[in-house]
Amino acid sequence: MTDTTTTTTGTAGVSRRTLLKGAAATAGLAAGSGMITGFPAIIASEGVTLRYLGTAVNQSADIAKKAKEDLGITIEYVPVTTDEVTKRIVTQPNSFDIVDSEYFSLKKLMPSGNLMGMDSTKIKLADKITPVFTKGEIAGKQIGDQGTAPKKVFYLPDQFATEFSAEPTQWITLIPTVYNADTLGIRPDLIGRPIESWAELLNPEFKGKASILNIPSIGIMDAAMVVEAMGEYKYPDKGNMTREEIDLTMKVLTEAKQSGQFRAFWSDFNESVNLMSSGETVIQSMWSPAVTAVRSKGIACTFQPLKEGYRSWASGFGLPKTLEGKTLDGAYEFINWFLSGWAGAYLNRQGYYSAVLETAKENMEPYEWAYWMEGKPAEKDILAPDGTLLEKAGAVRDGGSYEDRMGSVACWNAVMDENNYMVRKWNEFIAA
Amino acid sequence: MAAPALTTSKYAPYWQAAPIALIFAAFFLIPLAATVVVSFWEYTEYSIEPAFVSQNYLDVFDGCFADLPNLCVTFKTYLSTLKFCLIVWAITLVVGFTTSYFLAFHIKSLTVQMALFMVCTIPFWTSNVIRMISWIPLLGRNGLLNDFLLSTGLVTERQDWFLYSDFSVGLAFVHLFTPFMAVPIFNSMMRIDKALVEAAYDGGASTWQTLWNVIIPLCKPGIAIGSIFVITIVMGDYITIGVMGGQQIASIGKVIQVQMNYLQFPIAAANAVVLLILVLMIIFAMTKLVDIRKEL
Repeated sequence: MTDTTTTTTGTAGVSRRTLLKGAAATAGLAAGSGMITGFPAIIASEGVTLRYLGTAVNQSADIAKKAKEDLGITIEYVPVTTDEVTKRIVTQPNSFDIVDSEYFSLKKLMPSGNLMGMDSTKIKLADKITPVFTKGEIAGKQIGDQGTAPKKVFYLPDQFATEFSAEPTQWITLIPTVYNADTLGIRPDLIGRPIESWAELLNPEFKGKASILNIPSIGIMDAAMVVEAMGEYKYPDKGNMTREEIDLTMKVLTEAKQSGQFRAFWSDFNESVNLMSSGETVIQSMWSPAVTAVRSKGIACTFQPLKEGYRSWASGFGLPKTLEGKTLDGAYEFINWFLSGWAGAYLNRQGYYSAVLETAKENMEPYEWAYWMEGKPAEKDILAPDGTLLEKAGAVRDGGSYEDRMGSVACWNAVMDENNYMVRKWNEFIAA
Repeated sequence: MAAPALTTSKYAPYWQAAPIALIFAAFFLIPLAATVVVSFWEYTEYSIEPAFVSQNYLDVFDGCFADLPNLCVTFKTYLSTLKFCLIVWAITLVVGFTTSYFLAFHIKSLTVQMALFMVCTIPFWTSNVIRMISWIPLLGRNGLLNDFLLSTGLVTERQDWFLYSDFSVGLAFVHLFTPFMAVPIFNSMMRIDKALVEAAYDGGASTWQTLWNVIIPLCKPGIAIGSIFVITIVMGDYITIGVMGGQQIASIGKVIQVQMNYLQFPIAAANAVVLLILVLMIIFAMTKLVDIRKEL
């Protein structure tokens, strides 16, 4: 895919914009011919196919099936990695009809002009979206906003703006799909004592048994949490470091690497599950569904709440600027359906959080809501959406309730002003 | 009859060569030219702009000459890759050569020869990634090898260096790439006229003398082709180094991948061009040692 892009943009003497237009036309043709095979249109969105670009973690076959039943819209998943989503939006903006992207990427995406602001008047539940996104607060309390907090990049001054608006407007960049608060995963059976601080990741006690994720923009945030917890330095904004701060952070990490602290680094979900379940590592950066995956193998694994707080992330639906007509209507319809409860309940049951909590609650059993969202002990066995047993009755969710977990967010995944420098330093760290 | 035959033969070679020439141009020459062109462009976080700047190349070698004798990242990475190249090349050469020798000279029946040759290709029946990942339960801290060594008392505590180390990377490379070396060498050996070997024996040469003065020289093209395969694959590999090295060992391919993920296409292209030049230099040196075309 990348090679094709390079080829397109590589011909000297033709401006990049003209070439992108050419690519747009080709992709448009492809999309058009695809629609002919659909069913004849009966209602507006009937027979529309949406090419849904996103990471595999968020793309569930059940959601696509239910959307087909409820709306007649065919969802065609294009699963790629987090970084690849960004790359696709910038280089192949016509290869999808709807995208599920992380908010932190927006600082790169909006200036490219390839996405359009979403019209909040067409989103029925726009005013019900949790204030975590719109105001950066939860139950009236401000939460940590270091890094690219969604509230900083949520609104646009107009539909095709390439900068963000600090004030609420009619135009929204991304409509939230899922978000969560991440922390360290540990093997309580192999550690055998309480873990309370991010500083434990570099504790020599776990020499050769620790891991950090090898995705620079997320790894550096985990590293910053560790550096701060160790008392080495207090960042004014972990999500937007100066060059000196990046150097300092990487120096701490490099020293740890050279003394053999890390067993391995991981860059995808499955690697993190393998490291943890095989006992190669006992403490590492982790994502919530990976912890669930380790536990479903019958291996003890805790998504450990830490006193310094969580590193949070959020992703949401965006629309390519060139989307129009029936496909555009279909995309809005799909998003409205997504917020209307069934999908939200589905995501909440996987341990994520959904954008409109009221509708998700209506679609969950009271005992499920109490376990997942209120941090109460499970009254009955907790099952995953596919029916596998996640927790036995009596279990309590790691970190407790929604308000406890999201309320303790310390920082958000981010794109820094010094991003290029950071990536270079990260490559040096891997080579060190 | 003669005249039409002449006109046909005038254009026929071009038509015959056209399909491969077109494929070669479309999927190799044009992308390669594009890579070289883009390596001189400028970039921001979300765009690349045509330009002619050498900044990307300066960035690749940032601090490399000023900081000597300390090695910069680029030099360190290439040095580490070259080290793997050398080790893997030497081991695959010995293993590939001895395997081929056994097949070609000790197995008399052609059927058995072919059957055993097929056995050598078994590793290719599963995907590259699966072949690598299968090492993990074997070599891991709680893996079979550690269990075995502990139970026999050969070691008293679990060993960490089997996995996510230079050792495991080297092991996986040898496992994956020995067939690339064995196949061309076997091919060369099968072409050796047995009469030559017999003549050497009749002339009183020992087994070693025959091996050194007859067989190895005649296997040179196979060795050269196998070496080119192994060295070029190891130079560009980042998946094996990533999976088996626990992503703690740098490789130039990984650096390029990270840069592409962060939309830094021009510097990634510059890195790719530098890698390409290095690999071409190695191949050039090897073809100087052995004239492959002459000996095929």
